[in-house]
Amino acid sequence: MMSKIVRTITNILYSSIMIFGFYVIMHGHLTPGGGFQGGAVVASGIALVLIAYGYDTVKSWIKKSNLSILESIGGLAFIGVAFLGIGTTFFYNFLANSGTLFGNPTVIGINPGDLNTAGALPLMSWAVGLKVLAGLGSIVLLMAYGIKKGDGK
Amino acid sequence: MKKYIALVALLVVSGFFLLSAIEMHSFGSPAEEDMDRYFIENAQEEASTNNVVTSIVFDYRGFDTLGEATVLFTAVVGVSLLFRRLIK
Repeated sequence: MMSKIVRTITNILYSSIMIFGFYVIMHGHLTPGGGFQGGAVVASGIALVLIAYGYDTVKSWIKKSNLSILESIGGLAFIGVAFLGIGTTFFYNFLANSGTLFGNPTVIGINPGDLNTAGALPLMSWAVGLKVLAGLGSIVLLMAYGIKKGDGK
Repeated sequence: MKKYIALVALLVVSGFFLLSAIEMHSFGSPAEEDMDRYFIENAQEEASTNNVVTSIVFDYRGFDTLGEATVLFTAVVGVSLLFRRLIK
């Protein structure tokens, strides 16, 4: 548990960091970034809360078992989306230019971007983002618990 | 004896790094640029993405991303194994 100044700043910044991280994951096929980077941003938000409030408070907010379930879901979804295109090849982008989900054709050349393009890439980006945020978050939580235990001995 | 082996290994590795640093291409002038040109010209059409980097990471080089995800999973498993005594 850090001082009141740090906790107040954390309360202000926390939502912005989370929204920015999920924005980077969502718009991975249009703007710089993607699943890995956005997941790392969200995990850094978790680390900020962990440092500001201490492990004992955060333990009741974020469960490690939930994080490991989220990570498994992300990994399975990534492989599942890759397997859905196996009619052509593994990792085939079967939704691109199909007219359905994320299937709008992209304008060739310089354009402002359309969220509903890129086929299977946003699905993979979300899966990887979920996996990275859960994985890094659980690593941070585990290490915080280890440091706390180590200090006691 | 161990010290000399470590010294020789250090010299060899640093020699390789120095050699590659000296032989490095200057930024923006790769030796082979056919593949880069292909990605830049065709990624928007084939992967239907504006972001060429994402189309390479998730479409052209999907297996590489799968490997990266596996590396992350291994890291998480390793950390939880390392701290399993403390958590019990």
